[in-house]
Amino acid sequence: MDAIILQILNGLDKGSAYALIALGLTLIFGTLGVVNFAHGALFMIGAFCAVTLNRILTLSHQVVDESRKDFLGNPLKVDVPYVNDWFGEAAGATIIDWSVPLAILFSIPVMIAIGVIMERGLIKHFYRRPHADQILVTFGLAIVLQEIIKYFYGANPIPTPAPDVFRGSFDFGVLLGFDPNVIIYPYWRLVYFAFAALIVGAVFAFLQFTTFGMVVRAGMADRETVGLLGINIDRRFTIMFGLAAAVAGLAGVMYAPINSPNYHMGMDFLVLSFVVVVVGGMGSLPGAVLAGFVLGVLESFASMNEIKSILPGIDQIIIYLVAIIILLTRPRGLMGRKGVMED
Amino acid sequence: MFGLGKKDTTVFVVVIILALCAPFILNPFPGNSSLAQFNAGYPDLMQRFVIFGIFAIGFNLLFGLTGYLSFGHAAFLGAGSYAAVWMFKLLSMNVIPAILLSMIVAGLFAVVIGYVSLRRSGIYFSILTLAFAQMSYNLAYSVLTPITNGETGLQITLDDPRILGASATADGGIPVTNLFGLEMRHFTTVDIAGWSFNFSVGYYLCAVIMILAFYVAVRIFRSPFGMMLRAIKSNQQRLYYTGLNARPYTLAVFVISGMYAGLAGGLLASMDPLAGPERMQWTASGEVVLMTILGGAGTLIGPVLGAGFIKYFENIFSKINDGVLHGWFSFLPDGLENVVITLLHPFVGKGWHLTLGLMFMLVVIFLPGGLVEGGQRIAKALRRGRTEDNGAARKASHEPAE
Repeated sequence: MDAIILQILNGLDKGSAYALIALGLTLIFGTLGVVNFAHGALFMIGAFCAVTLNRILTLSHQVVDESRKDFLGNPLKVDVPYVNDWFGEAAGATIIDWSVPLAILFSIPVMIAIGVIMERGLIKHFYRRPHADQILVTFGLAIVLQEIIKYFYGANPIPTPAPDVFRGSFDFGVLLGFDPNVIIYPYWRLVYFAFAALIVGAVFAFLQFTTFGMVVRAGMADRETVGLLGINIDRRFTIMFGLAAAVAGLAGVMYAPINSPNYHMGMDFLVLSFVVVVVGGMGSLPGAVLAGFVLGVLESFASMNEIKSILPGIDQIIIYLVAIIILLTRPRGLMGRKGVMED
Repeated sequence: MFGLGKKDTTVFVVVIILALCAPFILNPFPGNSSLAQFNAGYPDLMQRFVIFGIFAIGFNLLFGLTGYLSFGHAAFLGAGSYAAVWMFKLLSMNVIPAILLSMIVAGLFAVVIGYVSLRRSGIYFSILTLAFAQMSYNLAYSVLTPITNGETGLQITLDDPRILGASATADGGIPVTNLFGLEMRHFTTVDIAGWSFNFSVGYYLCAVIMILAFYVAVRIFRSPFGMMLRAIKSNQQRLYYTGLNARPYTLAVFVISGMYAGLAGGLLASMDPLAGPERMQWTASGEVVLMTILGGAGTLIGPVLGAGFIKYFENIFSKINDGVLHGWFSFLPDGLENVVITLLHPFVGKGWHLTLGLMFMLVVIFLPGGLVEGGQRIAKALRRGRTEDNGAARKASHEPAE
């Protein structure tokens, strides 16, 4: 029992990342009808937003510290971040420590801007082209974005720590009445899951309870009619693209402490996220979220030693295997709508 | 000629000339000139040109004719490589059985994957093939280690049985791949007035096979079978209404295309007898997609051009460093020289992927027909210029009735 709970917890953080990326992908697909292969790159750019903010905050200048000497007896030069000068030592240190959560605020405008520029500058011209062309051009864009990041940040992963408060692990088992140290779980992953749930909730609430969301949903159902009613649906869809980019970016920002960002992390996630979208059902938002969590948890179950001893290698292929089975038995995915991408 | 139309014969002859004269064509600069680093006429690289040409021709048969975009073709390349290396380990170092087996194995593999994947079309087909390829890659990395030797990759060793050949050469070394005694890695260098041309046995074997593969592809393009595949691309629904089942046709072309990939994999292993799982990774599948689209999907010669283009970029363009750039722009004033080099720096050398990505995007946006369409447009523009000089009457006689 404890092992099962542990695996479910372990699957949640990866599942959260899958769910958030798949949610963004589905938003773009459902509104604009575009298959966006550059979505993984947006996730990666989000993670690098965290890196960038961390670098900005730790920008420092050298100060001669008379109280500390090096081995020759000369006063030591110490790097002092500018934030320390502005906010005082303690507050400055806290700000640097909390750079990843702060990057959320930083990344939202950046990601929305990138998303809107992408849609207006490139994707807009591909609505009337075949899906294969859309896949190809966004695939090219993903390569370009990835290489730009590689040029500025290098090819090595950049460790980006979470705030000190979240560094330890949480003894989850005690809450449920198990012995201590049976089910322990890093705090940050818990935060990640809560954050993902919050974002998913926010997106659904936005679509469900605001006028803007209502118009967007109407546009997803019948774009032409909404346009005929005198609503500028294109502009709203552009904003939705920005929003989807922001969702992917936020998923990336918060993922930075779990996995040090490197330039190809987006591609690694993209392949799996596409599988997730297809399993969930192309164009279905709840399906994407559900499939994300289900596949994340399944993946962590498959990596249990008990299961691996019966079916060796299952942990490597479980997601693809599930995808193949689902696609063959339920061609529309778990919750796919009729008539989406069936031509 | 050879049962080809006039236009196809021209293309075919061009391909033959390109393939057979590649050691000259790819070596346009004398060995001691400053441009010598742009020579691509060394055996290893030329072999890659033609082998990936075969791979792209095969991919184009599937994507160019039926429009089914497979993102998992590298699985067949990898399977072919493994099969060939196993043949070298167990049977003999002759490349013929290895190449045959690699095609058979890749073909069988394609039957299984194709049978399942082709039940869906569009993006679902892409995802299914991607899923199968990633599965093969992950398995080759982990569980199938007894067959694939995992991360290290499969290599030939001294204690392999090799029942029809020797386990080791007379002086105790590992035998090399050969074609009835002709060693694949053997090459002769001919020096003519500063140029040195390499003629490699391995390259010419690959080139001859590429020419054959190209010929078969042309025949498929022009056959009733090829016509059927085009019909599938333009409107599958209507095909069903006329009472034709498209599935056997798509499966057949999927298997043929998989066998081309297997052949390419077998040749890769024949030139350099090792096989690793990274050949199956989805980035390798993406590469063949890039090659085909860049050259021109659905055209005969496009994939070959695209493959050569990308491999040239990968190996030659990536070698341009700041020193070379300084050499080129030394005629500019110092300040301007540095500005130009700073601007170019991200795009050359290690940044060649960026240039490739940009170029790929530009091709997809502006030239959906790839480099071939670009060439055709230029040719058309030139011809229009000429016919305007010669009057409209001649133009009318030149245009055949469609």
